[in-house]
Amino acid sequence: MTVTVEDEAVTRGAGRLAVELDGVVKRFGSVTAVDGVSLRIRPGEVVALLGPNGAGKTSTIDLLLGLSAPSAGAVRVYGRAPREAVALGLVSAVLQTGGLLKDYTVEETVRLTALVFGRPVAAVDEALRRAGIEDLRRRLVGRCSGGQQQRLRFAMALLPDPELLILDEPTTGMDVGGRHDFWSAIRRDARSGRTVIFATHYLEEADAYADRVVFVRRGRIVADGTAAQVKALASGRTVRATLPGADEGALRALPGVESVEVRGDAVLVAARDTDAVARHLLTATAARDLEITSRNLEQAFLALTGDDEGVGAGR
Amino acid sequence: MTVVAQRRLPRLGGFSAGLVALELRRLVRNRRTVVMTLVLPAVFYLAFGSSADYRAERAGDGNVAGFVLVSMAVYGAMLATTSGGAVVAVERAAGWSRQLRLTPLRPVAYIAVKLVLAMVLGAASVAIAFVVGAVTGAQLPAAAWVECGVLAWSCALVFAAFGLFMGYLLPTENVMQILSPVLAVLSFAGGLFVPVNQLGDTFATVARFTPVYGVGEIARYPLVHDGDLWPAAANVLVWTALFGWGAVWRFRRDTARV
Repeated sequence: MTVTVEDEAVTRGAGRLAVELDGVVKRFGSVTAVDGVSLRIRPGEVVALLGPNGAGKTSTIDLLLGLSAPSAGAVRVYGRAPREAVALGLVSAVLQTGGLLKDYTVEETVRLTALVFGRPVAAVDEALRRAGIEDLRRRLVGRCSGGQQQRLRFAMALLPDPELLILDEPTTGMDVGGRHDFWSAIRRDARSGRTVIFATHYLEEADAYADRVVFVRRGRIVADGTAAQVKALASGRTVRATLPGADEGALRALPGVESVEVRGDAVLVAARDTDAVARHLLTATAARDLEITSRNLEQAFLALTGDDEGVGAGR
Repeated sequence: MTVVAQRRLPRLGGFSAGLVALELRRLVRNRRTVVMTLVLPAVFYLAFGSSADYRAERAGDGNVAGFVLVSMAVYGAMLATTSGGAVVAVERAAGWSRQLRLTPLRPVAYIAVKLVLAMVLGAASVAIAFVVGAVTGAQLPAAAWVECGVLAWSCALVFAAFGLFMGYLLPTENVMQILSPVLAVLSFAGGLFVPVNQLGDTFATVARFTPVYGVGEIARYPLVHDGDLWPAAANVLVWTALFGWGAVWRFRRDTARV
């Protein structure tokens, strides 16, 4: 254990960054899970870490929680080393799976958490209520459904009343109803000021619940922007046409155009209003062979890993 | 945020009586643990030690039934303290240890809780066996009831260390299904079920170096006033040190951040 602060009172500060990652690298043998990530998150932000499986989201979260140490770079949470922030209850987390004992009841599990955090008994009822599992308090954990167990993990995470709450793919394996209930509980809890970071590979979740979306792929941040920018990114469509000698500047100037790419005789225009782009191409240029396709998340990721100019370029 | 909250680390690294009480409640909820550690030793005594012959035959300052009873109490204390320590294997397999790393609970405090639990369970096991023995004809001098009981219990600390070591070594939820046969074999080898001098010289010599031997010899000493007390004490100390070292070694590896 590396916690050195004994009995030190910590005051909530507004000016301090909630999270500061500086050139963080995490290697496991020859595999680089996190490859030079720098990220600053201010108090009160709700941030989605969005990326496909194996992108390095969980590795990044483990670093933030002090469950692993970076191979290079620095990690600070509320200005402190992660282990220290965890021990003081500044940061808590809902991890993906496991982490529960089947032969405790729901209430006992939360009570145990309160005991080790040195929190009063009243905090137990409060956490159970906020997680929406008051009526399950006497049920054995082993008899709870996946969604109920996840809300129990949420109650445990709420106990220290953390400044920063981290959720690692919190709704994996839940059905639609369970997912809805879980996010409702998170939303109810979202009192002013709590910083939330959640990892997900569901674009809809990032869109619905995050102020800011950080795209991660192969251990790197490939884009960082607002949820609106992300929505445009994924809801936009692409017009492809054959147009020798296309005037890139003119196309870029059309309303709603997000990116223009010229590949030989072909031109690809990503835009929110692809009808307008098609009308322009067919009436004002010599374009032919028009194709309009919608972009899915996979393509959005691909677009971001290549040339991400013009899309969600961030901070 | 406008609220000013004071954040402090808990006292004693998170160790508290409340935590021990909660863990104890969970422990007795596990029927297999209760039967194996609290009921089985008394049943073994009734089956193998409480016959009319054994009640009539003298052994030291008591009867043979009393002699067998003390051995079974040692066996019960061993089972109890081993399972108390080995429970860390279950908790690691369930990801609970990882979950606890998201709290201020220090690993040392966690181990302290497990040791206290192991010893509480061991004390209960010895007490139950002794009560059953007392009402079914086992005879020991008054002082020996207390002395044998306390020695059987306290020397079983070596198996709390053994349980912890195995708990960190074996990555399985069914750790006690592996360890109970091991303990049974060690009990035979250490002369707990059958006195070592009945098994021939070679075996008797080997037996002295096995981990159950010392505990049994010491626990029965107040009854029989016979046996090699100092080699037995050395046996307990060496094995406690070895298992304790093993537990610390695995524990360090387990809590190291990778």
